[in-house]
Amino acid sequence: MFKMPEKERAIGMYKKMCEIRQYEETIYYLFLEGIMPGTIHQSHGQEACAVGMIYDLRKEDYILTTHRPAGHDLAKGVSLRSMMCEMFGKAEGCCKGKGGAMHTGDISVGAVTANAIVGGNLPIAAGVALRCKMLKTDNVAVCFFGDGASNEGSFHEALNAAAVWKLPVVYVCENNLYSATTSIKMTCNLENVAADRGLAYGIPSEVVDGNDVLAINEAAERAIERARKGEGPTILELKTYRIGGHSRNDACGYRTEEEEKEWFSRDPIASFRARLLNEGVASEEELQKIEEEIQAQIDAEVEYAQNAPDPEPESALREVYWEGGIA
Amino acid sequence: MAELSIADALKQALQEEMRRDETVFCLGEDVDIKGGMGGAFTVTKGLLDEFGPERVLNTPIAEILISGVCVGAGMTGMRPVADLQYGDFLFCMMDQLVNQAAKMCYMSGGKVHIPMVMRAPCGATNRGAQHAQSLESYFIHVPGLKVICPSTPYDAKGLMKQAIRDDNPVLVFEHKLLYGGARKEKDAIKIAGEVPEGDYTVEFGKAAVRKEGKDITIVANLLMSYRAQEAAKVLEEEGISCEVIDPRTLVPFDYETVEKSVKKTGKLMIVHEDTYTGGWGAQVSSHFAEHNIYDLDAPIKVVAAYDTPIPFASPMEDFVIPSTERILEAARELAKA
Repeated sequence: MFKMPEKERAIGMYKKMCEIRQYEETIYYLFLEGIMPGTIHQSHGQEACAVGMIYDLRKEDYILTTHRPAGHDLAKGVSLRSMMCEMFGKAEGCCKGKGGAMHTGDISVGAVTANAIVGGNLPIAAGVALRCKMLKTDNVAVCFFGDGASNEGSFHEALNAAAVWKLPVVYVCENNLYSATTSIKMTCNLENVAADRGLAYGIPSEVVDGNDVLAINEAAERAIERARKGEGPTILELKTYRIGGHSRNDACGYRTEEEEKEWFSRDPIASFRARLLNEGVASEEELQKIEEEIQAQIDAEVEYAQNAPDPEPESALREVYWEGGIA
Repeated sequence: MAELSIADALKQALQEEMRRDETVFCLGEDVDIKGGMGGAFTVTKGLLDEFGPERVLNTPIAEILISGVCVGAGMTGMRPVADLQYGDFLFCMMDQLVNQAAKMCYMSGGKVHIPMVMRAPCGATNRGAQHAQSLESYFIHVPGLKVICPSTPYDAKGLMKQAIRDDNPVLVFEHKLLYGGARKEKDAIKIAGEVPEGDYTVEFGKAAVRKEGKDITIVANLLMSYRAQEAAKVLEEEGISCEVIDPRTLVPFDYETVEKSVKKTGKLMIVHEDTYTGGWGAQVSSHFAEHNIYDLDAPIKVVAAYDTPIPFASPMEDFVIPSTERILEAARELAKA
């Protein structure tokens, strides 16, 4: 069992995980009610990965995320309001309504625009890390990808170069066992799809319980430290599980009840919550209060976003090329 | 003012920009290996000595990596300049160029921007179908990219410097027969032009009128701008006066200069080495059919490579690529129309 940190830190992690869970659940219901437009690829169930990895990053560090970006973006500090507005396609969205659910992000807090091409962000992360190295900063890039991306050609090209150039990057595979609906066992012969490939590139790797925020946070600390010190990349493979389907309308008919039951019994938030209570870090009342406050804040942002102005249709013609602004 | 080849003019642009701005760096396979060529066409040779291995980055043969690194470094404040060796390899990095580099500024609501330059040698040079293509037209179709094609040493330096300073992804098509570098090419055109030492840029979206004329407007880029000028000389003696316009940049495209010329001549011909169907000539032709049909006295002519892969054997390669003779024939027909 990984050591419980002091209270402020433990509660900080708990709050962030709850925010992600409640954000995703709220969006799920809005979507089912037909209120939320577009498509959704949700990250609930994988909150520990986002929070464990990102909790100790600096604002000047970068994250690169995927078509399932909400948890990572919220953990890196993209504002809840700008996320929710983007989900509703509003002008105040973090991408002014031009991105949508799969492209949220805010470069000003180090959250690179999320990437909906599987594996597309892996070489970009190498470029971001190269920049951190070339400008002699000790900042790092943390690049999230799924089990499916480990079979992309970009994985090979990016990881090989990251190793050769000793780039300050942490490649984080959130292995949730399914590439969309296909079991990763059908498409890869390795038990650990990313970590076992580390040897091929000369990159150290670790396999971590992806539902244990403290386990992830400790592994993150080691990997980030290595990157900051100029010792090169690390692969972390976090074993985790989606609560929902791959995307909207996916009822997960390819997963067995038994498998779901087993994974849901190790829910990252429920198990961390139980530890907080058992170890006397927080009381039931404190935790309930936290959860209620987060929900109230999310509900307020939903209302705000629903009433926020739509983008002008003609604004679609702008920003094809850069018009200045945030560097 | 020194007489330089295009290869050396490009090199000078890179050197000056790398001295001026420490965020500019070069990368690519073989970009500058001791004892190597300096890219495939000598442009980057010698940069390693001046700027060191951190800013002259020899990469694995990994096009997704090269382009992805440009996107990532570009979006976080660097100005990467990649040498692709052969433009044909652009297809190995299409996701990074089209889905990533071109769309990131837009998808982010204008918050992210990606300065990056992809240097793509192009043109048929007896190397067979996979080291031969003229690829400009694939990329003019992609909103978010800029596409340029310098054909003189002066333009090569000025446009390259402008490309490096641009805050968007720029694809630079450099013709292998126009480089004039140390690597000898059969059929190369010997061009050395005056290039000012020191800083100047050539603005994007400004075509160059290479020869004035009053009967036919010929729009031609890269190698074809030389063949068009050669044809124009012959035609002049036959009493047909051609105005030859080199667009210099395809995105943005200077329709205004061409329109001014067409209003004078009433006849428009477009010549490019890219294939006929869906080539950039089709776009220009469509534009003038749509906007200037009443300024035209005859149907527009597009002289382009035939719709085949580029063959190896010289008689076939020469047949497929527009020759000066083909331009002459087309112009004579157009003059009669």
